[in-house]
Amino acid sequence: MIRARLYVTRLALLSLLAASPGHGEELQDLYFGEALFYAHQGQYFEALERLDTEVKQHGELDEPNLDSLYFHIDDAEFSLGDFELRYRMHHRAGRAIQAVLEGAVDELVRNDAAYRLARIHFQKGQTADAMRALDRIDGKVPHAIRDDIEFLRANIHLAEGRPTEALDILRPLQGSAGFGGFAAYNLGIAYLRDGQRQAALDQLDRAGQFAARDSAELAIRDKSNLVLGTILLEDGEYERAVPYLNRVRLDGPFSNQALLSAGWASLSTKNFERAVVPWRILAEREVTDPATQEAMLALPYAYGKLEIHGRAAISYGDALDAFTVEVGRLNASIESIREGKFLEALIREEIRKDKDWVVRLRSLPETPETYYLMQLLASHDFQTGLQNYLDLADLKNKLRTWDASFDSFDEMVDIRREHYDPLLPDIDTEFRELDSRFRLRVEQHRMLVKRRDDLLTTPRPEFLATRDEQAILRRIEQIDAQLQMSDAPSGQASERLRRLKGLLVFTLETEYHERFTEFDRNLRGLDESMAVAREQYDQFVHFRQAASHSYVGYEKPVRRLRAKVRDAVATIDLLMARQGRLLEIVAVEELIARRTRLESYSDKARFALADSYDRATQAQAKADQE
Amino acid sequence: MSRLFRLALLLLLGCCPPLVIGAEDLSGDDMRSLDGQVQEIKSDVLDIASELSNLEERLLYPTNTHIALFVAMSENEKFRLDSVQIEIDGELATHHIYSFQELEALQKGGVQRIYTGNIVTGNHELRVTMLGKFENGKDFNESDTFSFAKGVKPKALGITLAGPGLGASGIQVGDW
Repeated sequence: MIRARLYVTRLALLSLLAASPGHGEELQDLYFGEALFYAHQGQYFEALERLDTEVKQHGELDEPNLDSLYFHIDDAEFSLGDFELRYRMHHRAGRAIQAVLEGAVDELVRNDAAYRLARIHFQKGQTADAMRALDRIDGKVPHAIRDDIEFLRANIHLAEGRPTEALDILRPLQGSAGFGGFAAYNLGIAYLRDGQRQAALDQLDRAGQFAARDSAELAIRDKSNLVLGTILLEDGEYERAVPYLNRVRLDGPFSNQALLSAGWASLSTKNFERAVVPWRILAEREVTDPATQEAMLALPYAYGKLEIHGRAAISYGDALDAFTVEVGRLNASIESIREGKFLEALIREEIRKDKDWVVRLRSLPETPETYYLMQLLASHDFQTGLQNYLDLADLKNKLRTWDASFDSFDEMVDIRREHYDPLLPDIDTEFRELDSRFRLRVEQHRMLVKRRDDLLTTPRPEFLATRDEQAILRRIEQIDAQLQMSDAPSGQASERLRRLKGLLVFTLETEYHERFTEFDRNLRGLDESMAVAREQYDQFVHFRQAASHSYVGYEKPVRRLRAKVRDAVATIDLLMARQGRLLEIVAVEELIARRTRLESYSDKARFALADSYDRATQAQAKADQE
Repeated sequence: MSRLFRLALLLLLGCCPPLVIGAEDLSGDDMRSLDGQVQEIKSDVLDIASELSNLEERLLYPTNTHIALFVAMSENEKFRLDSVQIEIDGELATHHIYSFQELEALQKGGVQRIYTGNIVTGNHELRVTMLGKFENGKDFNESDTFSFAKGVKPKALGITLAGPGLGASGIQVGDW
């Protein structure tokens, strides 16, 4: 469990590294940034929703290199897998990470992905797949996960029954900054499983004196000492076991078990007085703890061995009373779970806002005694089931909220339809008229631009003649044609006509540059006006389209989504019922096992109480006789 | 007694506490099978969410009037951001008070969509006010006004916040 906690911390650190743009890389895509904003707050559903959409849209682009996500696509795909993992979607996370692995990505990213994939497989108990994923790691490895990779590799070897291979990996990890204490403990376990008892004891001894820096390392140090003490106890080396058990801190998570074992070690060497010390401490602790309950029986047993039968009888009586109360609580808890109150309590919003919500469940009225479920809650399958139940409840709330919004969408669309339907036909008629005029003007403008461009390469002064000049030119050409066809002598008239044309041509030729400049200036002015007109035209088209888009084409998607939402709610109801039922069954089974144990303890306490009274009475009678 | 010790040893060495082994064995397969189904429905709901937000965006924020404002923090900023208020053309658009988690998310590089709304095309004025505390605990309050033009396409503006320095504005606004 401690190891798991460390994993979680490392996971958080890794996800931070992975879910941020690379070092020195500025965020270019705000939607990726938005997904990170949610992910950094632990809201992985929202983060996934945004990033998934963004990555999909990016994939559909013809020119993805023009998209802002292009700069972060490796990070984004990686983060997608990470968020899925965090949202307990291992199947999709596995696929996403596999995609990263198979893509053309940087060596560091690929190796990080391989490690994550291995971790997913390991968490799911697929150790062979986990090892295959680790075997894909090749080349440069991110510095932050080097030890993680080796630690995971060693754990896989241990899980697959290959302690010898695990030993070779764990030995160099002894100096690891992040894994030192854990690697030291696991090395001891590896020796033990490899049949090297003495090496295991020596290693656990070292792990039990490890210079711990935080609560997790302190806990693993305690665990090393406890395991070492327990091995010696099991092998009948009672005296040797005691110092190791005494090394376990009194306020650590393993102190109850250590106190209990320390008592048994002393008792086994017939050192009854020394056995009483840890058991007295333990017997006053939380009564729901199995070690405490055992100590409540063991303590009067030790008193009996010390011939203090009166005190033994009182202690047995106290134990019996406590067990009776606890059996009553367990019965109430079992009943409460069977009535569905456990599941009701689980989904209460105010409880889940508290990080210690499982513990706080106890304070709610009519909820089961969750302390008895704490060990169950720590088991992977139960925790997964519980978390799934909570996730399903969250999803159902979301879907219900969405379902309620569909009516508003329908109403909004209806209001818009009522507003636009009477207006749009007249607007469209008017627009069609304006549209044909606009197109004509656009064509005219295009022709003028073409003429200017032609004039730049091939000057044609006559093209820049004024309307009057053009009329005169045409008239001159007509008269000239008539003169050509006439039989009468036309020499003088032709000469006059030639001079007239010459005069006009002279004007056109000499004023050509000035006129062309004027034409160009005017055309530029027209360009500007046309640009304004084009913008207004585009805006109108856009607004016109927006008017239609505001109410046309929503019926089908809304209907489809409404159906999807309702189907999803129905599926969730079904899954919640099955998941809830399973949780209840497992919880009730656990509580029944606890009750059976307590009932057995009660029977022992009852007989021992009677026996102690008899012995106390006999002792008293004997004392009186003397 | 040796049985007790064996149990204790198993408890310490094993991956799972022995007290729950029985219960787990009974339900492990069912739990795992359900887990797969839960993952599937999560995937379905994510698809619905994506489709729905797309629909909502089209329906509620048509492209020609759509404006979205995003808030980010400059790199390595250590000041505590308490709240941000945004006015568009003198009208209050949004006022957001930051939780510790949100502030941390911004400091880690997250970008918050602080406002999504509709405005007409043309020129507009944006006023951003931020309230916060320096590392030394001293309060600060800073406002700045910016102009922007809204065209027919959706508008996305990024507001980058930094602790106010000597003479430099801590609020920067730019197109994204």
